[in-house]
Amino acid sequence: MTAQELSWLALWGATALYAIAMVASAVHLARVADAKVAAKARAEHKVTAAGGAANGSAESTATRASAPTTASATPALHDKANGIAKATTLMGALLQGVGVVARGVEAGHVPWSTMYEYTITGTWVAVVVFLIVQRKRDVSYLAPGVTGFATIALGLGMTVLYAQSTGLQPALQSFWLIIHVSIAIIATGIFTVGAVATVLQLWRDYRDDSELPVADAGNALTRASRRWRNWNVRVLKSWTWLEAVPAPAKLEALAFRLHAVGFVLWTFTVMAGAVWAEHAWGRYWGWDPKEVWSFVIWVIYAAYLHARTTQGWAGRRSAVLALIGFVALIMNFTVVNLVFQGLHSYAGV
Amino acid sequence: MARMKIDNYAYADVPRLGVTGWLRWTWRQVTSMRVALILLIALALAAIPGSVLPQWPQNAGDTRAFIDANPFWGPVLDATGFLDVFGSAWFTAIYVLLFASLIGCIVPRVGVYWRELRSEVPAAPSRLDRYEPLEVATDRAPAQVIESARTELSGSGPVRWFTGYRVRVDEREDRDGMPVLALSAHKGHVRELGNLLFHVSLIGILVAVAAGSLLTYRGQALIVEGDTFTNAVVAYDSYEAGALFSEDDLDPWILSLDQFDAVFGTTGLPEDFTAHATLTEPGKEPREVEAQVNRPIQVDGAKIYLQGNGYAPRFTITDSAGEVAFQGAVPFLPQDGVYTSTGVVKVPDVTEGEQLGFKATLLPTAVASDTGPISAHPDLTNPVIYLQAYTGDLGLDSGVPQNVYQLDESQLSPVRGDDGEPLLVPLRLGETITLPDGLGTVTWESVPRFAAFDLRRDPTLPWLLGASVGALAGLALSLFGARRRIWVLAPLGAQEPGADGKTTVVTAAAWAPAHDSAVRDERDGVLTTATGTQVATSPEEE
Ligand code: HEM
Repeated sequence: MTAQELSWLALWGATALYAIAMVASAVHLARVADAKVAAKARAEHKVTAAGGAANGSAESTATRASAPTTASATPALHDKANGIAKATTLMGALLQGVGVVARGVEAGHVPWSTMYEYTITGTWVAVVVFLIVQRKRDVSYLAPGVTGFATIALGLGMTVLYAQSTGLQPALQSFWLIIHVSIAIIATGIFTVGAVATVLQLWRDYRDDSELPVADAGNALTRASRRWRNWNVRVLKSWTWLEAVPAPAKLEALAFRLHAVGFVLWTFTVMAGAVWAEHAWGRYWGWDPKEVWSFVIWVIYAAYLHARTTQGWAGRRSAVLALIGFVALIMNFTVVNLVFQGLHSYAGV
Repeated sequence: MARMKIDNYAYADVPRLGVTGWLRWTWRQVTSMRVALILLIALALAAIPGSVLPQWPQNAGDTRAFIDANPFWGPVLDATGFLDVFGSAWFTAIYVLLFASLIGCIVPRVGVYWRELRSEVPAAPSRLDRYEPLEVATDRAPAQVIESARTELSGSGPVRWFTGYRVRVDEREDRDGMPVLALSAHKGHVRELGNLLFHVSLIGILVAVAAGSLLTYRGQALIVEGDTFTNAVVAYDSYEAGALFSEDDLDPWILSLDQFDAVFGTTGLPEDFTAHATLTEPGKEPREVEAQVNRPIQVDGAKIYLQGNGYAPRFTITDSAGEVAFQGAVPFLPQDGVYTSTGVVKVPDVTEGEQLGFKATLLPTAVASDTGPISAHPDLTNPVIYLQAYTGDLGLDSGVPQNVYQLDESQLSPVRGDDGEPLLVPLRLGETITLPDGLGTVTWESVPRFAAFDLRRDPTLPWLLGASVGALAGLALSLFGARRRIWVLAPLGAQEPGADGKTTVVTAAAWAPAHDSAVRDERDGVLTTATGTQVATSPEEE
């Protein structure tokens, strides 16, 4: 078997494993949610049973009562689906690692000089980041998002972006290719996991909203926007699996830590890119489309970091900014490579 | 004067009427966090058109074409700065405001920080109930407990200032009038330092870039193998310099291109470009130098970058009198990845008759195709030049500088063949062709390569790098540095020994932002060391 075949098979194998992991982790999430809902219902039942008790103490009874029930629901956390999800994700990551390395061997250089290579390496880093976070804490609620993203990105990469490996063009023959691009990929992987946590945060948050009255709203526009909002809230309320996801504040904290690491790495990426451009093109910054977008991404995430500490922006609005940053990140890698002309265009398909 | 909260960082006094009041209010607005945030978002949005629309500084040709193709929108976008976004008034306004805001924000904070560092940390709150306190009984004396907590929290070693807490201990009375030793430990000074360093470094980057645009010079020169270039403004094909750069600062070194190596793969993709050259600096021995795409040549504080390359066919052209009217290498500009190259030969100095001009296309590896001959590979496997000859007036005497890569056809007429059509003659390496009507001959002697160099000197680069490193370090300190408070209270009064014989009940609590849950482990660790009792790690709450 050649390195090329090995890489190809390993990557398809990883894609399949991630798909399984996505389904299994979604099933797991749904079960945890059911258990939590049931526990809540039982706790409420007990409170109403204790009916006569003074109102003030009702709440504390509820919290105390729920403690043992959640404890008894814990075994469900280690159900079969979770085991499958964890095993397939890990195996998928190992297999993908083989695929990425084999591609590097086949190409004779680091596997991140074309869009195809960037995709396979980037998704791999995202999964590895997730696995690292998972070692420390239970973040199984992120699993469907991360494995789902990996399945789609890898599948698209293999079918749409695949390109034969070639030698490196003179402009890419640099030690900075290794530094600049590898850090960019790691930052992207971390931002990806951060974006998944942020999406969950927003869903969890909006889910607790109540619907707004439509009839008494002033004009048609407000009514339409409220209807749209209410519809969203209803959809989110129907997603019981969101019960298995931690509270918005906790997700925010996790997302912030990821974004903070990602932002430092992205800052480094942009600076290293400038140093490299200075070596290769004789100017450190030339507002080439790729440079424009790297800058835009950086500024959006900086805005996110400021929004977190600004009254009226902390929470939902800052989360939206982080997601806009992520969209820009994906744009930078897709639209900017494929549509815009620039010095970076050799990174194209 | 009422106080109005603008956001968590700035308080503005709602002004009484009056100019100074309004000015102060405006300044407070500009330096508020919310305005900084909005300006950042505006900056991101404003940059996007710069990647979507063609831009004058990046690609003048495309921009021209865009304006021609859009007779209405082209000029409108041009006039409103959308075709030079990063030099436009509105983009400049956004970042100038942002940096004004930044300076207005950072200067007072440096002062506050300085005063904070020199003053003691705030005393521990009298009650710790709000912070989920932990209580541990120990048989150690209160003073011993607090002293060991202090040592633990202050840290040790030379980097103590960076890693440790700032600690204060008070002996005071608690609410019931009982004497108590209260330790208060704060961490966050490193984080704030990082934050200030980061923002100040951003200003440094801006200043360095601005200074760079005043002090930089850059020039382009094209050198054919075997030729020599002397560093002087007149020798450059194009030359730009910042307002503060003086031409007298150019050092007259000499660069000669000995050989240019280009390696292409079988598919035609370039694999390696290397220019071998000899550099002679005034008063020094000549030395051999090499330039590659990522490896510029260093000379006299400047760098010489290898920017492009191509073929420069060498011709000998005789005129109708049989005299040699032209001899030399003519750089042909590659038009595509397989080095289909075009060039122009101008022969003004004919001994008699009209001037001669040629338009030529070089195919390094000519092959036949449906659309006519094309090049299949950039290497010189089957080089053919297609020549088209013109006679007439080249227009060189008009005094208007001419583009060496273009033929001004206004006063020229093409040389026609027997069929009356303009003549297009293929010419192979080493061949000589005779032009019709006794106009003369053209001989293709050889094909040296040329290298296009870009020379640039920007004395601000070290400053820029320094500011960038500062920004990165500051950012890391600011984002990863902890902001934590830990308090430990140990009552001093005589206490009844409890059932387990332990007398001192130590209370400890901690606070940190929501994302920093590890602070509880630290609190437990300190409490364990200070009391000698293992404190169970508190379970992480939901
Ligand atoms: C050139 C534009 C600016 C950029 C790129 C920028 C970038 C950043 C970044 C990346 C952080 C994150 C560090 C952290 O969270 O600790 C930050 C924090 C901060 N910035 Fe800026 N900043 C800019 C302008 C400003 C301005 C104009 C102000 C003042 C209004 C400001 C005030 C702050 C403050 C107070 C923090 C600390 C937030 C916290 O509590 O964590 N920044 N800035």
